[in-house]
Amino acid sequence: MSEISSEQIKEYVLRLADDAVVQGHRLSEWCSHGPFLEEDLALTNVALDFIGRARMFYAYAAKLADDGSTEDSFAYTRDCREFTNLLIHELPRGDFAFTCVRQYLVDEYSLRFMEELCNSEDPTLAAIAAKAIKESRYHLRRSRDWMLRLGDGTAESNRRMQEALNELWGYTHELFEADRFELSLANAGVAVDPSLLRNEWLTAVSTTCEEATLSLPTENWSVRGGREGIHTEHLGHLLSDLQFLQRAYPGLEW
Amino acid sequence: MSEAMKLFEVFIRSKRGLDHKHVGSLHAEDAAQALEYARDVYTRRSEGVSIWVVESSMITASQEDDCESFYDPLDDKPYRHATHYQLPEAVNNM
Amino acid sequence: MSEQHEQIFQNRIDAEEKIEPKDWMPEAYRRNLIRQISQHAHSEVIGMQPEGNWITRAPTLHRKAILLAKVQDEGGHGLYLYSAAETLGISREELIDALHEGRAKYASIFNYPAITWADIGAIGWLVDGAAIVNQVSLQRTSYGPYARGMVRICKEESFHQRQGYHIMMTLARGSADQKHMAQDALNRFWWPALMMFGPHDSESAHSAQSMKWKVKRQTNDELRQKFVDQSVAQAEEIGLTIPDPDLIWNEKRGHYDFGEIDWDEFAQVIAGNGPCNRQRLTHHRRAHEDGAWVREAMVSYQKKVQQRREAA
Repeated sequence: MSEISSEQIKEYVLRLADDAVVQGHRLSEWCSHGPFLEEDLALTNVALDFIGRARMFYAYAAKLADDGSTEDSFAYTRDCREFTNLLIHELPRGDFAFTCVRQYLVDEYSLRFMEELCNSEDPTLAAIAAKAIKESRYHLRRSRDWMLRLGDGTAESNRRMQEALNELWGYTHELFEADRFELSLANAGVAVDPSLLRNEWLTAVSTTCEEATLSLPTENWSVRGGREGIHTEHLGHLLSDLQFLQRAYPGLEW
Repeated sequence: MSEAMKLFEVFIRSKRGLDHKHVGSLHAEDAAQALEYARDVYTRRSEGVSIWVVESSMITASQEDDCESFYDPLDDKPYRHATHYQLPEAVNNM
Repeated sequence: MSEQHEQIFQNRIDAEEKIEPKDWMPEAYRRNLIRQISQHAHSEVIGMQPEGNWITRAPTLHRKAILLAKVQDEGGHGLYLYSAAETLGISREELIDALHEGRAKYASIFNYPAITWADIGAIGWLVDGAAIVNQVSLQRTSYGPYARGMVRICKEESFHQRQGYHIMMTLARGSADQKHMAQDALNRFWWPALMMFGPHDSESAHSAQSMKWKVKRQTNDELRQKFVDQSVAQAEEIGLTIPDPDLIWNEKRGHYDFGEIDWDEFAQVIAGNGPCNRQRLTHHRRAHEDGAWVREAMVSYQKKVQQRREAA
């Protein structure tokens, strides 16, 4: 771990923070729009978990940066090209089917990812991961349940879930691709090599989809670029929402 | 919507050593889902260590208006209550 | 028979005993409770919207988490109250239908728009503040499930008013723009907050009977006075001005005197003609309709599971 600089760890931590804040933001958009009250509250709990996760990662990045950065300066004053979240998180919330399928695909990934990150030689990362694992287990139980209920519900719910799955599939490949930077951190025992998670993830997703009477997409298309700041057009709109006050009235206490 | 979700009653044990206490109800499609929602709805501040849910229709309740016949026969045994026994002040916190 | 029942019922109330779901109760008591509890429940749920409007734009991650948790609490409180209403033999679906068809009301304050971040502060401080004054009083209401719901809600809401006041305090101590934003929010929300307590006691259709049944424990005017009295010092503390030229301490009464509410505006908003009435109902109706396929799928899935279980 000695050859890894804190600047590098910070860059890595920001990736994970951006993933969490963008996912949390999309989930928070559901508040008061849920299909019934119980689910509205439950979805908000998941949103809160992701925002909490983002804050822990950003706070750690701020500490590593040691240049006056704060969790909020990272979240509120960087532009699209500086955000390094995976694209799947930033896609608009869509209908409830889209939100459920995305959440399920992300949860299957996130749980495995955090279980690996728990072994990081960086103790702060390992500690954040340990907390995240507990949340992710609960998230996955919920989202997997929705896959079954809605996949195997009515003809309409099945159609909506299948459409969502088809739409999202092309964004899942990126989850398992590590660039050279991430690989070097993984080799040093700090980061997770996500390519190692793919087989297990695919097996789990296949099993769930089969049980949910959904078919895994076979089309060969994929989109990538989030880790390099090459985003979909949606992120800019998300940021203009998220960052509005900090941009309109810069440098103030809130 | 054609059919309503079921109504479940929720009981929470707030800490070890205490009874489960009725806290309210919620709507869910089955018991497993009701349990998940009970966690989200009734324990947002970690109020519980254990949750019970039961379909409201499964509860058989005494009619409280019949309480004269239901409880009165038990009410003539004041010696079942601690307050029945007048003790000296020195030991009265027994 | 029914007269005898009615006497037992009123005796119980006079003795400060709670009425429980399976007790005999006058039909009018039941109807009055359903009206009041469902109106309260709808207020919590519709109240998610103006604050929900700022969740994605909250200025810091900390504020965002607080606001999200707060709005979630409002939903939870709506749920506790629907749950209390359901013990009176009416379903949540019926209550929501009544809301959508305009037969049920909700607090008129939520028909005003939350247009700046300071409005989130003002809503927490004033709207939750007013609601808490009312709810503290309702912890002693005569219907058991309603009273217990109120106890739970009061316990959870203590942070709501404080977080709102904290936002106002931060803004009032901030830049000139921020202070202006805070004062502007107070100007717009003060009078609607006073309207939350309803018409004067002399004008209130339900007041006398509700007091006799101890559904309400203090009158609209008593509660409104309490709210004004507590708010003045809070505004002074952070250097904001309550927008009422007639506001003055009355030594003799031991209370603040304050100006008259614009009752025409109140009547207009109650009648559905406030700035956001239509928007709020449309939002709620749309979420409900958009969720219909989800609820149908759940029922259908459950049937399949049942059939499989029986076949096995």
